[in-house]
Amino acid sequence: MVEDVIKAEGLTKIFNRSLIAVDHINFNVQRGEIFGFLGPNGAGKTTTINMLITVLKPTEGKAFVLGYDVAKQANEVRKVIGVVPQEYTADEDLTGYENIMLCADLYGVPREIAKKRALELFKLVELTDFKDKKVEIYSGGMRRRLELACGLINRPKVLFLDEPTLGLDVQTRAAIWNYIKRLKEEYGMTLFMTTHYLEEADALCDRIAIIDHGRIIVSGSPNKLKDSLGGDIITISVKENGDVTEIIRSIEHVKDVKDESGAYRIKVEAGEVAAPLIIEALRRKGCTVTKLSLTKPTLNEVYLEYTGRTIRDAEESKESLIARRIMLRRARGR
Amino acid sequence: MSEASDYHPSIFRGLWALTGRELKKWLKEPIMLLMAILQPVIWMGLFGKAMNLNAMFTASNLQLDTSKIPENIVIGDVTIPRDVLIQAIQQMFSDIGAKVMRNVFGITDYFSYMSVGMISMIVMFTTMFSGMSIVWDRRLGFLGKVLSTPVPRAAIILSKMLNAALRAVFQTTIILALAIIFGLKLSETFTLFNLLGVYAAVFLVSMGLSSLFLALALRSTRHETQMAIVNLINMPLMFASNIFFPINMMPKWMQTIARVNPVSYLTDAIRQLTVLQLDTPTLIVDFIYLGVFATLLSVLGVILSWRYLIK
Repeated sequence: MVEDVIKAEGLTKIFNRSLIAVDHINFNVQRGEIFGFLGPNGAGKTTTINMLITVLKPTEGKAFVLGYDVAKQANEVRKVIGVVPQEYTADEDLTGYENIMLCADLYGVPREIAKKRALELFKLVELTDFKDKKVEIYSGGMRRRLELACGLINRPKVLFLDEPTLGLDVQTRAAIWNYIKRLKEEYGMTLFMTTHYLEEADALCDRIAIIDHGRIIVSGSPNKLKDSLGGDIITISVKENGDVTEIIRSIEHVKDVKDESGAYRIKVEAGEVAAPLIIEALRRKGCTVTKLSLTKPTLNEVYLEYTGRTIRDAEESKESLIARRIMLRRARGR
Repeated sequence: MSEASDYHPSIFRGLWALTGRELKKWLKEPIMLLMAILQPVIWMGLFGKAMNLNAMFTASNLQLDTSKIPENIVIGDVTIPRDVLIQAIQQMFSDIGAKVMRNVFGITDYFSYMSVGMISMIVMFTTMFSGMSIVWDRRLGFLGKVLSTPVPRAAIILSKMLNAALRAVFQTTIILALAIIFGLKLSETFTLFNLLGVYAAVFLVSMGLSSLFLALALRSTRHETQMAIVNLINMPLMFASNIFFPINMMPKWMQTIARVNPVSYLTDAIRQLTVLQLDTPTLIVDFIYLGVFATLLSVLGVILSWRYLIK
């Protein structure tokens, strides 16, 4: 059994001989984890996913899904993966049920199994009442859920999700997150997803890779990445006067303390672990902590640290973004 | 948990599913269905009836000047009355007209000649949409989704071809029925078996032509380009063929094109099976040509789709 469910080695895609969409990236995804590609639009996320799902041929480098080469054993790869694309690809003229059965036929899932499974999946994504309605009348959230169901009809070992909540409102987004989490738990699947929502990467992914201009800038678990920024900030107020800086400094996990006129700003490694230790240590010295707040750095700060801009900035250079997107879409053939 | 998949995607199931999708889409769009029927009716009405060639050659329409014909002609002791004479002359002109029509078109009735030619035309119009539909599927992301499944690539392109062919066969039935209502005269040799022959010919050309249009559209993402290409190909195919006029009336250079044009063979086969006298040797030649054309282009389309569907 292969432990690296997905493995990319120097994976590169150059469109029209000049536009480098993905630039020699290396990464690996382990069994059972949710791995996220985080980056602004046009960073090369969709191009990467399209190479992994064998819809685009890599210009250079190699990628393996469950040990199968995406270029040379494309058909083996296609059999074991499920895909939830960025666009709504379900046929509007057909009903939800017809759409999902079409997917089953394409994967060669035996009819009887497919019928049973389709009903099960409609229940999972809460579309049972709409299964015989034309997709035309579905809302954006419903269509996304239908795509999710279609991507699962063949019980894939690896599920690829391209921007699974793009353009959805906050509630629908949270619902989709729930389905994704449930999938991972119930089916033990490995998931590869792309997103440009920091909260999404943070909420769902076991590990992420930040990608920008076709390169992976940094990768790791969201917490590790946040920790790499230098840790959490604990701010406390203490009842007794007198300097407790030295006491705090001697506590495990504490990296730095600053006295800010009555309040102490403490930089620590793991905030949840350090906070009770600090309270306990101060209590033993006879000091009472009256207030405590714990601030964890968000992926926003991580992103800022590694790319030199916030993800919003990256998105807001609109003209260049739009130009790049159009170019990419054309080259990709959308 | 085994690593390999337990399912076996087959070309037949994929083909069946994808063709089913296309046909469902088609049937669920009554306007498209109506248009598909209306279009040939309009062409038949405008072209078939307006270009009323047999009327041109009928004496009653020629309005011969009879004032110069004398009262009675007396030859020896035989007197030929004037109206008999006029009738005889008119009959002669009609006979000449019919001869001309028969020489040129094979039958005296241009409407019958042209209306079955409409079947060929509708085959061209139907097949050109197969190229457009693959461009749409690509734009909508549907094609990308299908490409990420293990369905054999050949099933993708064959489903579009099959869909075009089935639609063309359906429309053929409607055009024939309408043409008969409007005055098409079937030949004495026509049987239901001939109708199956018509279907076979239509099916073969539809497969071949749609494969050609699909191959041209494999990488295209713009339907405007596709439209332009299709028009560029369709016009010469239509006019450098025997749909409207017989080939041997054309200038030499045009005859050369018309004689390799599969549409000519299709039209000839349909005409022989419906309105003309059956000439078995040429019909066999027609079918061999159409069979080779369909096979070659279908194979070419499938091979190109293996290579070029994925960028």
